Amino acid sequence: MAEEQQDRRTPKVSWRNPSLLFELSKPGRIGVELPPVGVEDASLEDLLPEEVRRGEVEGMPEVSEVDVLRHFSRLSRRNFAPDLGLYPLGSCTMKYNPRVNEELARLPGLAHSHPLQPESTVQGNLELCWALEQILIRLTGLERVSLQPAAGAQGEFAGILMAKAALNHRGEKRKYILIPDSAHGTNPASARFAGFDVKELLSNDRGTLDLADLEREMTEDVAALMLTVPNTLGVFENQILDIARIVHSKGGFLYCDGANFNAFVGKASPGAMGVDVLHMNLHKTFTTPHGGGGPGSGPVGVCSELVPFLPAPMVEKTAHGYRLDMDRPLSIGRVRTFNGQFGMLIRALAYILAMGGKGIRQVSENAVLNANYLRKALEGKYHLPYVSDSMHEVVFSDKNQAKHGVTTLDIAKRLMDYGFHPPTIYFPTIVSGALMIEPTETVAREDMDAFIEAMLAIAEEAETDPEMVRGAPYSTPVLRCDEARAARQPRLRWTPEAV
Amino acid sequence: MYPSEYLYTKEHEWIRVEGDSGVLGITQFAQHELGDVVFVELPEVGQKFESHDEIGTIESVKAVAELYTPVSGEILEINEALIDDPAVLNDDPHTDGWLLRIQVANKEDLQELMSAEQYTQYVDEASD
Repeated sequence: MAEEQQDRRTPKVSWRNPSLLFELSKPGRIGVELPPVGVEDASLEDLLPEEVRRGEVEGMPEVSEVDVLRHFSRLSRRNFAPDLGLYPLGSCTMKYNPRVNEELARLPGLAHSHPLQPESTVQGNLELCWALEQILIRLTGLERVSLQPAAGAQGEFAGILMAKAALNHRGEKRKYILIPDSAHGTNPASARFAGFDVKELLSNDRGTLDLADLEREMTEDVAALMLTVPNTLGVFENQILDIARIVHSKGGFLYCDGANFNAFVGKASPGAMGVDVLHMNLHKTFTTPHGGGGPGSGPVGVCSELVPFLPAPMVEKTAHGYRLDMDRPLSIGRVRTFNGQFGMLIRALAYILAMGGKGIRQVSENAVLNANYLRKALEGKYHLPYVSDSMHEVVFSDKNQAKHGVTTLDIAKRLMDYGFHPPTIYFPTIVSGALMIEPTETVAREDMDAFIEAMLAIAEEAETDPEMVRGAPYSTPVLRCDEARAARQPRLRWTPEAV
Repeated sequence: MYPSEYLYTKEHEWIRVEGDSGVLGITQFAQHELGDVVFVELPEVGQKFESHDEIGTIESVKAVAELYTPVSGEILEINEALIDDPAVLNDDPHTDGWLLRIQVANKEDLQELMSAEQYTQYVDEASD
């Protein structure tokens, strides 16, 4: 009966709404018709040798402009974004991007400037870089900051290259970089790329670095310790002063992965902790767009010993205005064309100035408060593998739900039915079945309450109806995917035969 | 559950010693923790490694895990069937899902390894 009624409600005619652009294709349809240009047609064969000519691309969709526009608008409505709701991806920090950043980045004088313009015509741009560097110096307590790296991982890489250059300059060849198992995954990659071997340090029961392990491993063959603060468990390395002392006593550098700077910006100074190099991710701490929304930017700050090795150019302030200083003989060189992701630098500065000093402190206060609010509300129902104080994120596991056959993946999928983006799952890898939740400072208490309600409801469902949870999601455009098959036999490209 | 004629590592691998060589694989516990395996990267026949060297990677829908060799020696044979169908690792990790055969150049390497009984206890502790 209900089925019959449902059937009557389904319209007999439906709007052309295919999921693929290829399915809209109609032979001969084009987006733009160009007027004749008044010169004789020349064939491609006459103009280009065969080896550089591409053959016809089979199945290229022939569509109109409006087809393309509607296609992508339709796709965007199936997407989830921080502009739509809580997006608590731990470690990624999907915080809201304030519109004032966008407004200022679109000022024509900034948006239309070109990196090859003469310095005299872009004094405002250079002043902006200088001003941002001064603020980041103040916030990090370091000597200078390069704005050039195009992402956090590149900031890391540049930081390790500088440490290597400084050691070479001292006449030392060191072989190893120490990295705790609770660090960001990019750290070992940066170290290896820079030519070092990685030694892993183990976390203790608190989820922090084991000092005895560090004392043992920190030799004069170690170039640096790369420490993520707070680490991927959301735990602050409360022995950081001792850590710095041990690393420095053997002549090594203390590298701080400052991706999680948003947990203590304005509250504590990395420079005062003994950090020698630190990169920041502008999106994580200073609200620039992230993850497809905009390019990354990973400024890297250094202590005085490393200043000569900073990437060139640096913006310098002179009596006659600002200039780009390329005359840096010990520099590791460029890590990025031009002057980094300038559009992101504008947004970060806009945000910092809009917040002010007190506001910036509140960012970390609220990020920590919110994570602990969620932790308190959920820790009865979800297992907390490390009970140390949480900073800006909290890591649960699926231990309680696994008893009913419901795993982290199922919980994540079910959250979508409740209208939330799932948290980061199965990371950090030192927690089995990790659920890594980071609400950020940009959510209201009501949003968190709704999220808590959803998580508690799922915990309940896991006990009473585990089968149902294992089948989630039920409300998304694409239901549960066969992830193993998608990875084992991927179809990476549409082909006409597949129709 | 864990064959008594195999030896086991803390990285959840097993080795079945046959004369001067050994067949290497991952344990039931490892495949279960990893979940559906989607990609296996193995070394090439003829490559030589020291014990504890990283010799390959196993990628699942959840994670990428490194593969370490418990013994020093030369790679003698790899399980080509795994490259085409990594699901075998999930279905049958202790026999058909073997990874490779490696020369056991130094029998002393084997002394560090666990027996089936010791490994079972090790896994029980790890899953607490």
